[in-house]
Amino acid sequence: MSQQKHILLRHRDIPDIDRLDVYRQNGGFQAFQKALTSMTPADVSAEVKNSGLRGRGGAGFPTGLKWSFLPNNIWPHYVVCNADESEPGTFKDREIMERNPFQFLEGVMLCAYGVQANVAYIYLRGEFYQVAKELDRRIRQLEDAGLLGDNLFGTDYSLRLYTHLGAGAYICGEETALLESLEGKLGQPRLRPPFPAVYGLYGKPTVINNVETLTNLPPIIQNGADWYKSYGTEKSPGVKIFSLSGRVKRPGNYELPLGTTFRELIYTYGGGIIDDRPVKAILPAGASSAIIRVEEGADGGSGSVLDTPMDYESVAQIGSQLGSASVIVADDTINMAWLVEKTVNFFKHESCGKCTPCREGTYWMNHLARRINAGQADLEDIDLLQTVASQITGKCLCALGEFSTMAVSTGIRQFRADFEASVQKPAEEPEPQPVDHPAASADRAEVGR
Amino acid sequence: MNEIFSKHKEEVEQILAKYPGDFKRSAVMPLLYIAQREQGYVTREAMAEIAELLDISTTDVASIVGFYSLYYEEPQGKYHIQVCNDLPCAMRGADEYLKQVCDYLGVKVGETTADGLFTVEAVKCLAACHHAPMFQEMHGDRLVYHEDQTLEKTIAWIEEVRRQAAEQGSLSAGSQADSLGHERGEQS
Repeated sequence: MSQQKHILLRHRDIPDIDRLDVYRQNGGFQAFQKALTSMTPADVSAEVKNSGLRGRGGAGFPTGLKWSFLPNNIWPHYVVCNADESEPGTFKDREIMERNPFQFLEGVMLCAYGVQANVAYIYLRGEFYQVAKELDRRIRQLEDAGLLGDNLFGTDYSLRLYTHLGAGAYICGEETALLESLEGKLGQPRLRPPFPAVYGLYGKPTVINNVETLTNLPPIIQNGADWYKSYGTEKSPGVKIFSLSGRVKRPGNYELPLGTTFRELIYTYGGGIIDDRPVKAILPAGASSAIIRVEEGADGGSGSVLDTPMDYESVAQIGSQLGSASVIVADDTINMAWLVEKTVNFFKHESCGKCTPCREGTYWMNHLARRINAGQADLEDIDLLQTVASQITGKCLCALGEFSTMAVSTGIRQFRADFEASVQKPAEEPEPQPVDHPAASADRAEVGR
Repeated sequence: MNEIFSKHKEEVEQILAKYPGDFKRSAVMPLLYIAQREQGYVTREAMAEIAELLDISTTDVASIVGFYSLYYEEPQGKYHIQVCNDLPCAMRGADEYLKQVCDYLGVKVGETTADGLFTVEAVKCLAACHHAPMFQEMHGDRLVYHEDQTLEKTIAWIEEVRRQAAEQGSLSAGSQADSLGHERGEQS
């Protein structure tokens, strides 16, 4: 398959771009030099704002606008890169950091200059230990090359980058929990307001951006906002990395313009479904998704949902959200009650325990979903599961509580027959009940189910 | 007296230098990784030493250890086999794969083999959904992804680890691993 030139996954076009000399031979750090020597921080921010770039971590918030919230009478400013990539179905940031690391680091540096920060932290999930080690090595290379440190390019601008490893907690991808964790505390979300733009890391104005978002910055500064807007749609400009997983023949990361349809992603790039079975459902934003129901024949024939463009607005219009574009595809071999149990089990495990509706609610949703799938439930338990989900909605400090209910409520609403079939199947042998109530155990490690 | 500091002075100082002087509590997680590297888990003594280095209470440090799933408070197998069986991996056979690995090693999820060499765990998404089934090997401060696994590939790796452990032989576990290895070899 012929691949178009990549803007983010450039290592697929240029071998060894993870080496500093190769990256520089291919235009690397020209954007950073251009910014420092011929643009003010305000110019950089304005360019990013004009590009229409939106946060790639999930929320899709306009990046330039986010930067503009930092007050100019409180100092220092900090930049924190969210490299905690943990949403089930998302594996794009890891590929960027491993294979095209200097473009990512240059993006962090441009962001830091744009908001006049002299220190930036890259917060990686603990499992990315090896990635962090490699980034540390590359940061030292940049220091040796005079691209990080004091008086960069003869200006009075100084910048230092540091990596910081988490230790296995999905919640730390939530930006205020991430800040708490970086401050050496439990990764639990803060009450907002104040927002991190005003009161962030160490109580100072802070910008938090995702890895992929930042990796867009060097080409935007180098080629300009108008060039960037030539990709994607009017309201969702640019390219996006779609992490495609589940029952497709060729799972993987695909960098495509925003507005590409589900059908193109799944059939043109993903090679279609294993055994050429029909698509049953799509989770476009990982385990946090509102499930999209797909009805169509095995040939991928007419089915308007598959022709929905994947941009922030269009996916919202069909009742879901694009999020971080971690597209999990289910075919007709998948029982949706099983799928829902998988998602709730994840959120039960990852609930930080701060808000009661989420801590208790995810526990009970997990319990009910388990019972339903083990054939040990009554039909009323399906409604009970739905009720518990609706009791969590809108009652938590952060989005995790909300996310935990998405697959449950959209799953039961659209695939009730699957749940009923699970309830009515012969009961499995009763298992010993695991002692895993969050209140009963401080250790959150998964040891048995 | 502070063993972590005296043994890893340079590394500890490098870590502390990353954060503003008023906020050295930020160093608690990196320091815990150093402590865990030593013994495979975080001891009470190490928690107290880290607390002393950062001017926080031992309870504060213990709460961090308890909250985050990559820190262990008890001795573990030398090698953690951490299989992701989250939704995307499970759609590609991770649950069956996990069961097969457990059966091969004769343990349940969460348990450690009798020779103390392997602990098998089910973990949450490791950002490798396109290479399922997969597991993460955790061994000392090594974290290695083993992707696109089949039971055969994993067995080959397990047996190689056992062979090396037997060769080192300094541990009493070594000879046990050797005999176990032979036993399994005959079966397969």
